[in-house]
Amino acid sequence: EKGDLAGHRDSTTSLVSLKGSKLGLDEEDEPLRLRLEAIGMHVGANICERLCRDRGLFTDTLDMIKFICKDLWATCWDKQVDNLRTNHRGVYVLQDNSFKPIARISSWEGRPESIRRARLYAILPAGIIRGALARLGLNATVTPEITTLPQCTFQVKLPKGA
Amino acid sequence: IWKSRTEKINAELFALTYGALVVQLIQDYEDYAEVNKQLEKMGYNIGTRLIEDFLARSALGRCADFREVGEVVAKVGFKSFLNITPTVTHSQPQPSGSRPPSQANPTGSSFILTLDENPLAEFVELPEEALEGGLWFSNVLCGVLRGALEMVQMQVQAEFLSDVLKGDESTQIQVRLLKYLEEEVPVGDD
Repeated sequence: EKGDLAGHRDSTTSLVSLKGSKLGLDEEDEPLRLRLEAIGMHVGANICERLCRDRGLFTDTLDMIKFICKDLWATCWDKQVDNLRTNHRGVYVLQDNSFKPIARISSWEGRPESIRRARLYAILPAGIIRGALARLGLNATVTPEITTLPQCTFQVKLPKGA
Repeated sequence: IWKSRTEKINAELFALTYGALVVQLIQDYEDYAEVNKQLEKMGYNIGTRLIEDFLARSALGRCADFREVGEVVAKVGFKSFLNITPTVTHSQPQPSGSRPPSQANPTGSSFILTLDENPLAEFVELPEEALEGGLWFSNVLCGVLRGALEMVQMQVQAEFLSDVLKGDESTQIQVRLLKYLEEEVPVGDD
């Protein structure tokens, strides 16, 4: 069971669990993923509102993303994002080299299993980011990605024209 | 007691996350009694693990009686994990006279924790529906107490008596000792 996880990820021909394999998660984790993301969005939206209360208006989208990388990150995960990249066409990649929620995850079943578990722990934070952006008026999709612990990247994709 | 090496979490993030979790449970179960039950269960699972952290860090020995358990729970447990110190009120089972009981650990002993502040409920105001439905918003705490104490051989019943979120004057949790459990070697652990 744990063995074919790596298989899902590495195989491009597998038609099984296409949706799950994108994140490297089992398909049975989908209901869990939905709930964790929903909880995260709820939290992100509210915490964003509290953080924005005493600051000025945002000038542009990049300003909002920077707010996520600095203020939101510091509030939730005790540091700032280590690296921010963008393709200037609505895709931002936020990288944290030691992401707090997954920093202490390990498994006696080995590294692939640790990473599989860590991916579950990255869903709530992804929801928080998405919820915060939503409250700022940006309807983004946020996809977490973990390949080496404790590093985590979040791909933020904004709708066209944002 | 934790000194400086403890990892802390932003209190607002903690409170908001717990609130969002409760909301999600309400959406999933659509029944407040069931939500209470699930929160208690989650707490139980937390408690059974948290006790280990507690023992490792506090380096405290066995409590002499249930009275001391109450004091330690409030002054060390709640203090170190939630940074609050509830007031403890002890009571013995059916005290017929004013004499102190001869037995040091009668089952049925209980204490009441009165929480002057509740980090879980920092931003919470319950809607009418939840009030009528009988939601105990912070029920996770009862589970944590039950789980943690069970791991140190005490079977207890923990329940909320009142909650300021419901309009009560105070927030109180009652913890009642049901029995002391025998130390057992886990199955297949010989």
